[in-house]
Amino acid sequence: MGVRYVGAEVQRMEDPRLITGHGRYVDDITLEGMLHAAFLRSPVAHARIGSIDTSRAAELEGVHRVLTLADFPAELQKPMAQLYPAPPIEHNKTQYPLAHDEVCHVGQAIACVVADSRAIAEDALALIDVDYENLPAVVDVRTALDADAPKAHADLDTNLMGRLGSKFGDIEEAFAKADHVFSASFMQHRGGCHSMETRGVVSRDDPWGDGLTLWTSAQSPYLIRRALAAWLGEPEERVRVIAPDVGGGFGPKAGFYPEEIVIPLAARMLGRPVKWIEDRREHFVSTTTQRDQHWELEVACTSDGRMLGLRGNVTHENGAWVPYGVLLPFTSLVPLPGAYAIPAVDVGLDMVFTNTVPNSPVRGAGRPNGIYAVERMVETIARELDIPPAEVRRRNYVRADQMPYATGALLRDGSPATYDSGDYEGLLDKVLELSDFAGFDERRAKAREEGRYLGIGISSCIEDTGVGPYEGTTVRVEPSGKVLVQTGAASQGQGHHTMIALIVAENLGVAPEDILFESADTGKFPHGIGTIGSRVAVNVAPSALDAATKVREKALKLAAELLEAAEADLDIENGIVSVNGAPDISIPLGDLAVKLAPMSGVKVPEGFDPSLEATSYEGSKGAPIASGANVAEVEVDIGTGEVRVLRYSVAHDCGVMINPLIVKGQIEGGVIHGIGNALFERMIFDDQGQPMNTNYGEYLLPLASEMPRVDIVHQESPSPLNPLGVKGAGEGGTIPAAAAVVAAIENALSDFGVVIDDYPVEPQYLCELIDRGMAQAAE
Amino acid sequence: MADTRDIELTVNGESRSATVETRTSLGDFLRQALGLTGTHLGCEHGVCGACTVLVDGEAVRSCLMLAVQAKGREVTTVEGLSNPDGTLHPLQDAFWRNHGLQCGFCTPGMLTSLAAFLEENPDPSEREVREAISGNICRCTGYQGIVDAALDAAKTMREG
Ligand code: FES
Ligand code: FES
Repeated sequence: MGVRYVGAEVQRMEDPRLITGHGRYVDDITLEGMLHAAFLRSPVAHARIGSIDTSRAAELEGVHRVLTLADFPAELQKPMAQLYPAPPIEHNKTQYPLAHDEVCHVGQAIACVVADSRAIAEDALALIDVDYENLPAVVDVRTALDADAPKAHADLDTNLMGRLGSKFGDIEEAFAKADHVFSASFMQHRGGCHSMETRGVVSRDDPWGDGLTLWTSAQSPYLIRRALAAWLGEPEERVRVIAPDVGGGFGPKAGFYPEEIVIPLAARMLGRPVKWIEDRREHFVSTTTQRDQHWELEVACTSDGRMLGLRGNVTHENGAWVPYGVLLPFTSLVPLPGAYAIPAVDVGLDMVFTNTVPNSPVRGAGRPNGIYAVERMVETIARELDIPPAEVRRRNYVRADQMPYATGALLRDGSPATYDSGDYEGLLDKVLELSDFAGFDERRAKAREEGRYLGIGISSCIEDTGVGPYEGTTVRVEPSGKVLVQTGAASQGQGHHTMIALIVAENLGVAPEDILFESADTGKFPHGIGTIGSRVAVNVAPSALDAATKVREKALKLAAELLEAAEADLDIENGIVSVNGAPDISIPLGDLAVKLAPMSGVKVPEGFDPSLEATSYEGSKGAPIASGANVAEVEVDIGTGEVRVLRYSVAHDCGVMINPLIVKGQIEGGVIHGIGNALFERMIFDDQGQPMNTNYGEYLLPLASEMPRVDIVHQESPSPLNPLGVKGAGEGGTIPAAAAVVAAIENALSDFGVVIDDYPVEPQYLCELIDRGMAQAAE
Repeated sequence: MADTRDIELTVNGESRSATVETRTSLGDFLRQALGLTGTHLGCEHGVCGACTVLVDGEAVRSCLMLAVQAKGREVTTVEGLSNPDGTLHPLQDAFWRNHGLQCGFCTPGMLTSLAAFLEENPDPSEREVREAISGNICRCTGYQGIVDAALDAAKTMREG
């Protein structure tokens, strides 16, 4: 076998374009005759819409069309379909692409102006007159189910969208035999997407040619093709969706949005290409986000801190619509029971409508919430029983010798949830060492002499990664000897090109730079799923490996005939098949490709299918479970409530690493996102549902100046579920971070008995907790 | 109807002239009129730094500057950072080697901001680098690869 690339820190192949300004993002695409669109969005959270008068806007010079729902063809004046139908959805509220007679959140699209330029389109928005009859809005998830709460939808008499639950083991028995039962309730808030590239769509309709083409800044082009074709009632073959370079996704770009209907429809109606690029304020009010969850939990445990059962209820903010089924709330319960062998769980979850931006997964989806909840209970036990938090964890971990471990929960398909491999206590040992946990008391004491408050916190997590069913790969050798590799998997910066090219290069026997890579274009590769839930490497690595291996075998078989050698005596290196020990007896892969794809009158070699190529949809046999243990060390200014993360350590296990450089980047970025959730990112709405912070001066994202270095140590527990042993790595940084940071803050403020029941932990809130603690201590 | 002005300026060493609407930002002008789409717009309100270009050598947010204000000035965009022979600027090379980018959207602004910073501060500490890019948001990398790349590039440039 030739050069080994898998496991090596190889520089990314996508970078040369991107560092020289030659990326091709949606807004970089310009088509002949292209027009520009802007959307009129609801300025109120809940209202009935009377008349919409677009006449003045339509008259503005440079405006080509003003569209409302009434301007759509009659058969298309209908709501969008549910992308992920699921039995727990009791009220399947999906929106119309442009508002019908009711708007249910600030930012909901009402009309679309298409003009010569974006500036003119925006000018015209101001000339549209809409008659709003305001309706009361429901905003706070904690009171949304109260009988007298306003209803988010005028035709519903409840705000309960539906209910979910996670239940296994004998919960009654667990609580009956417990030495202790402790309870905790807390809010969790996770912010929005905030990919640096906003969403955007360019569309062209060519009825006599290619049909409808959509370039969109998206994670799941195949889902969009399916949804759009179904909505239009047209064959999928006539709808081509391309995700070009995408400037970050993080979950919210995995859905199907109203603009992905309106812009192609506008292009079709006007017979000209149309572009829409979301501006940053629109991003805050129209791109799905993840926001509030209120958890109320009880844990049953023994006197030495062993957990027996966990029960309680979650109230989950759904926002105004259900664009994405129950994926987000579902993934909040999936991580239970975390890294621990808890024999019984019974947690219910209410999904609740509010008049706010619809919710969808953001990096980690609900997993950071579920893990945070379990880790909170571990911290509660440690505090109540006065056992060191690390020790409580050790007593409860699923042990390495229990793998594979069936938690007792069932997956959506009815199969048992199983942790495939891992060593959670091993991760803890590694992270305690990396963070110099043992030396912390000394660091804390020294800081205290200077009047500074230091704290340290631990968090352990598991992550179900790599959801199926597949992400296919085609490998085809070209006459030039270059190798075309195609897949459906869209990249938003994860480095799929490099990852897949390395697997093909190694297993076919070519140089990585001889690989031409194409992805995320439904016109080039027939089927795909999308880049969500840390799934791409797990699904595409097996198919890339399989396709490359099949091409190799085909090449060797044909070369053996042509070179009159035994297949076993041949090897492929740098694109050339040669006889071991006789390198002059050789044939380039490109020549074999020509023989298998001849021109008129020439036979394809007997016993071979044409073309030196193979396609595979091999995947993982299940969801590999990645895991991690993190330690955060913080300093809290007890005067201002400001928290600074001084040091952050990660022990991480995503099985076999294909490219450690990329894994490192995923973890670092994920951790910082998680720290942002813990300390900064909050979408604020007033009690009328008006968003209060729709710019980056007021909505705070983590900045380089405020963020720590992230130290990482790896543990590699290969997954038995796929041939390369890989597990997903995209979200393992984010999932445990908030729990570690919050535990560290509490640890820093243990003198004041501070217990945090809400994050992001903002300075004012923290000052109040400190003041309260000081007052109690003084009593 | 639209109010326009004629401007002349130098972009990446080439002199360019154009008639622009007075309300057009420098960022939109570079991207739309000149086709230099390496400069990215992430917020259009002056916070994210993705749109940063060099104007007479200084890092400037091209979303906050009007194209007409660039009249007579010298503008460098990410496309103009590499040498005329195509070899990479030490920062570009260091970003590549240190995995200083993922989606690449913040990257042009990071590169231009750091290019101006390293001109003035050839031997910065990690803290100084972090402060220097505190006006550039990156959602992907967690900044570590970017900071490592900047320190690495500074070293290369010092050793020249
Ligand atoms: S686009 Fe100019 S600072 Fe964000
Ligand atoms: S690399 Fe994606 S925002 Fe920085």
